[in-house]
Amino acid sequence: MQTVLSIAVDALAYGMVLFVISIGLSVTMGLMRVVNLSHGAFAMIGGYIASYAARDMGIGYAAAVILAVAGTIVIAIPIERLLYRRIYGAPELAQVLMTIGITFCIIGIANYVFGPTLKTIPTPEALRHSVSLGFRTISAHRLFAIGSGFAVAVGLWWFIERTAFGVRLRAAVDNAAMAAALGVKTQVVYAVSFAVAVGLAAFGGVVGAELLPIEPYYALRYMVTFLVVVSVGGAGSIVGALGACLLLGGIDTTGRYLMPEFGEFFFYLAVIAIVCLFPRGLIGRTN
Amino acid sequence: MSLVNHVGDRRARLNRDAIGAIAIIAVAVCGYFLFPNNLALLTRVTAIALLVLSIDLVTGYCGVATLGQAALFGAGTYGAGIAAVHFGITDPIVMLLIGVAAGAVAGLLSGFVVLRAHGLPQLVLSIALVHLAHEAANKASGWTGGSDGLSGITPDAIFGVYQFDLWGRTAYAFGIVILVVVFLVLRQLVRSPFGMLCRGIKQDPVRVRAMGASVHGTLIRMYAISGAVAGAGGALNAISTQVVGLDSLSFTLSAEALVMLVLGGTGSLYGALAGTLAFIWFEDVVSAANPFHWLTIVGALLIAVVLFAPKGLYGSTAAYLERRARKQA
Repeated sequence: MQTVLSIAVDALAYGMVLFVISIGLSVTMGLMRVVNLSHGAFAMIGGYIASYAARDMGIGYAAAVILAVAGTIVIAIPIERLLYRRIYGAPELAQVLMTIGITFCIIGIANYVFGPTLKTIPTPEALRHSVSLGFRTISAHRLFAIGSGFAVAVGLWWFIERTAFGVRLRAAVDNAAMAAALGVKTQVVYAVSFAVAVGLAAFGGVVGAELLPIEPYYALRYMVTFLVVVSVGGAGSIVGALGACLLLGGIDTTGRYLMPEFGEFFFYLAVIAIVCLFPRGLIGRTN
Repeated sequence: MSLVNHVGDRRARLNRDAIGAIAIIAVAVCGYFLFPNNLALLTRVTAIALLVLSIDLVTGYCGVATLGQAALFGAGTYGAGIAAVHFGITDPIVMLLIGVAAGAVAGLLSGFVVLRAHGLPQLVLSIALVHLAHEAANKASGWTGGSDGLSGITPDAIFGVYQFDLWGRTAYAFGIVILVVVFLVLRQLVRSPFGMLCRGIKQDPVRVRAMGASVHGTLIRMYAISGAVAGAGGALNAISTQVVGLDSLSFTLSAEALVMLVLGGTGSLYGALAGTLAFIWFEDVVSAANPFHWLTIVGALLIAVVLFAPKGLYGSTAAYLERRARKQA
């Protein structure tokens, strides 16, 4: 029983970190229809900025997180203007090629600027101590990650379903030409959603740095994991992504606990089974 | 009149295929004399070219995007390697045929899985397949040698005459012969009614189904054929390097091969060859010139191709030449 609870807590933490990072990807893929393989690269940029701010400049954790999110968005907006704008609506293969190219560039530059070593993000005293849950102790940082996941889920749901901007966004997605004719500035809507997606990626990169450590090949290493999460959950669905993250986090953590020698065998077997059963994802938007 | 045209068309196409084959041989001969110390790398290029051709069959002609083709390449490699190490089959032609068969079977199986979804989920299924194959090969170390790989593969001389030498000259010639033969066969295949059906499915599967053709069946068959081609590449890899490792089953290889294909241009087979050569050559030059920035420069090249040559290097060049020819006519 204790093992089960232990696995459940770790799976929850891992799943929530995955969720914070990949929900942004789900937004770009489901709402803007871009296969964005460089999403992990933005999470990595966020991690690097936070690490630099907190470790080398001695800024507090909260300020470093805000700086990371803002900095990543500032870096991403020109990339969206210059590059992404040209591949909206382009064939999938062109999008794959372009975003892999962007990923390579970001990896190369990160490797040059920050060096090939692992970067840590020092956490404040409040998150460093451990909390007893009765059956085991868990670091406060993990609880913080779990809480962040839920906060992001609720916040994003409110943003898309309840605000005027969310209405415009959904209109622009369903019929861009009609939305533009009705006075929605679709280009602005796209730019803002892209910025939100990138900001979430950066936030996830910082919060999840303990589980997915920041290093130059981060963007390539976890690219597949994020893609898998989005397609299992169904692109564009917050609830679906949340479900997929918890499910996949659970399978992966259980596999690592009980049968570490099989590596990711069961994880990918489960992915194949789920995608075969739900080709549109657990909760997919129908086209 | 139309019959005359038809015959003329056919001859023109056959001529173009002959030019393609001659071009491959010419490039191969140039490579042989320009880089006599790098024949192992050139043989690897040939093996990868077969893999990229096989992706072109499913992606360029059928519209099925896959990032898992290395699973089929690896099936060919391990098929040939296991036959040599565990069953003592060391005739290179037989090893090649075993690789082709293993690739075809793997293609058939993965076709059944990958074709269950469309778009992004399809891409993810193919990724999951190659990871699954990788972990399985790692785990079944009794057969595959696990992460140490299989070594001690010593192929016999081809036809009992051409011994595999230290410089890899025989392996290189063997690879080029396989590539030319496969290329000519595939040109015939994509032009056949079956190939046309595949193109039709790529453009409008609903309509093809309405005409009474089996979409799923056709795609599965094409998948098996692409598996055979990838398996040939894998077997060539096993025969020429004489070791079989997990890297031949890696997601990275799949992704790189897809990038090469898109770089060269999909749906012509020529693009696959041009893309493979261009990518590996570029990677080699850049990583030698500046080992710190090569990834950045390769990335910049990919972005530039999407912006300025959206049909890939070969496709965009062909389109440009056609436009110019039409302007002059």
